[in-house]
Amino acid sequence: MTRAFKNAATALGDDALVLAQRLGEWSGNAPTLEEDVALTNIGLDLLGQARFLLSLAGDEDELAYLREEREFRNVQLVEQPNGDFAHTIARQLYFSCYQELLYRELASGDSQTAGLAAKAVKEVAYHRDHAVQWTLRLGDGTADSHERMRRAVDALWRFTGELFAPVEGLDVDLPALRGEWLATVSQVLERATLTLPTGPDRTAWAAGAGRQGVHTESFGRMLAEMQHLHRSHPGATW
Amino acid sequence: MTAIQDTPGAAGAVGLQAAFDAALANDERIEPRDWMPDKYRATLIRQIAQHAHSEIIGMQPEANWITRAPSLRRKAILMAKVQDEAGHGLYLYSAAETLGVSRDELLDKLHTGRQKYSSIFNYPTLTWADVGAIGWLVDGAAITNQVPLCRCSYGPYARAMVRVCKEESFHQRQGFESLLALSRGTEAQHAMAQDAVDRWWWPSLMMFGPPDADSTHSAQSMAWNIKRHSNDELRRRFVDICVPQAEALGLTLPDPDLRWNEERGHYDFGAIDWDEFNEVLRGNGPCNEQRLANRRRAHDEGAWVREAAFAYASKHMEAKG
Amino acid sequence: MSGQGMSGQDQLWEVFVRSRRGLSHTHAGSLHAPDAEMALRNARDLYTRRQEGVSIWVVPSSAVTASSPDEKDPFFEPSADKPYRHPTFYEVPEGVKNL
Repeated sequence: MTRAFKNAATALGDDALVLAQRLGEWSGNAPTLEEDVALTNIGLDLLGQARFLLSLAGDEDELAYLREEREFRNVQLVEQPNGDFAHTIARQLYFSCYQELLYRELASGDSQTAGLAAKAVKEVAYHRDHAVQWTLRLGDGTADSHERMRRAVDALWRFTGELFAPVEGLDVDLPALRGEWLATVSQVLERATLTLPTGPDRTAWAAGAGRQGVHTESFGRMLAEMQHLHRSHPGATW
Repeated sequence: MTAIQDTPGAAGAVGLQAAFDAALANDERIEPRDWMPDKYRATLIRQIAQHAHSEIIGMQPEANWITRAPSLRRKAILMAKVQDEAGHGLYLYSAAETLGVSRDELLDKLHTGRQKYSSIFNYPTLTWADVGAIGWLVDGAAITNQVPLCRCSYGPYARAMVRVCKEESFHQRQGFESLLALSRGTEAQHAMAQDAVDRWWWPSLMMFGPPDADSTHSAQSMAWNIKRHSNDELRRRFVDICVPQAEALGLTLPDPDLRWNEERGHYDFGAIDWDEFNEVLRGNGPCNEQRLANRRRAHDEGAWVREAAFAYASKHMEAKG
Repeated sequence: MSGQGMSGQDQLWEVFVRSRRGLSHTHAGSLHAPDAEMALRNARDLYTRRQEGVSIWVVPSSAVTASSPDEKDPFFEPSADKPYRHPTFYEVPEGVKNL
């Protein structure tokens, strides 16, 4: 296992893990009971992907529970707090459209992740469909829901540029995927009577972003909650 | 399917009651569009709604640990389990709706405290071991209660329970497994497991309801084939099952009077604190207010989303013509 | 909109699941959804979490017409006295095969 490959598996594994953790926060809090079940389904798919990918890079629990914030390689988009349901859906839309394209590319290659990607691409296609359905309903629902969805789409836009930055060890031309992603997202937003945000799609900071281990402030708190129990009992098995 | 109560003429009423009685006597199922006595209907609505509410409120104490689960395997198991509970709530609300009430009505009654849920969920989950103890003891007690409900006289309820019981079989087992890992783990983990069992044991026994002598609804429910065994009988069965399991776990049950009674062929156990039971039922448990407030908050915060989905559906249904 | 529920926000749907190819769809239960597309997705999440199905139908509950209990006798009794519709009605001499 090369260092570069481990880096790629960790990056994708962290994306899935962190988003699963965020979706887990919705459990018991969703707008309808049906949606509670739906969000947890998506979370469970992502957690399964995370466990597979992190296991390629090392011990899944050591990686999830014993790394420091700066060692996580997930994109900043997935660590953004749930916010209201519109923010969660906007995050899902941006990310699942990206993840579907990425896994589709991986599935057609011959790396060790091809098998996982072939299975995961079906899961993610469903996540994308779920996000699209809700984007349409919130965008083209009431005046209030439209405004909330507009705000969410705009607020998360600046975390989308990072999705297409090259990842060391990942045998996928990420920058080349941006065109199709943009086309899909614009089409969905248009159908939802929303407009594609026009602001910058990344922050102006030379330190980089999630793939370089540079995260946003809320991420540290998320990790503190996630890791606290495991770290309180060094060496214990559960 | 929605039930339309057929209103019989005075002459028909006697025949309908006779047909209902005959169906029960033959241990047949009553289906939504069959005639049934008002009190039978009301009893079922109360019981199924309470059961559904328990599933939904019951998500909270366990969801409390999803973000903190100590391994990714345990996190996946717990998320799947809490999700199942939402699903079970939905199956049960559907069963209740066949009796001519809407889910919104039932949720409203839950939110305004006019319908209850199982008091067990008014206890807090203080440590990770509580998640295991809930799986082993609370789900164990629930299964003991629920298996006979698969044969309950009301068809939609019985069918919902078959599905629930099938899905719940992993719930108890994962709790046991989790406690076993703790019990055999470090000293601190073992102590955590013992502490959780000490706190959940008695409330679990209370889940079977008051003693038969004081149970207000039991006799009629048994006559209607809604209930198949008495509270005390089910409680005794549960204790008999748990004692050897506790030994296998290497944990003790917090009851000095617990011992095998050769003559009866059952375990004898100590007196249950029914004052505590009644107080928690009355709203004075450690988490009553918190659980209801959380449920109301989630429902209220979701209102704009439900309105948006309805508005969208209305617009696009018109468009389709 | 049939106005199920006090708020009238969502409809009740009946869910039918085909458990595997070759079998017919059978009634699995019901659920709430604002429209057919969401009903289908909710049904997938609620009724096929454990690989219970390969295909789903959702039907508005209000679209189901059911025979009422009053119709019970005229509807179903007359078929009870036609045993000649069943193969067991006929006597077959011993030794005769493939009949």
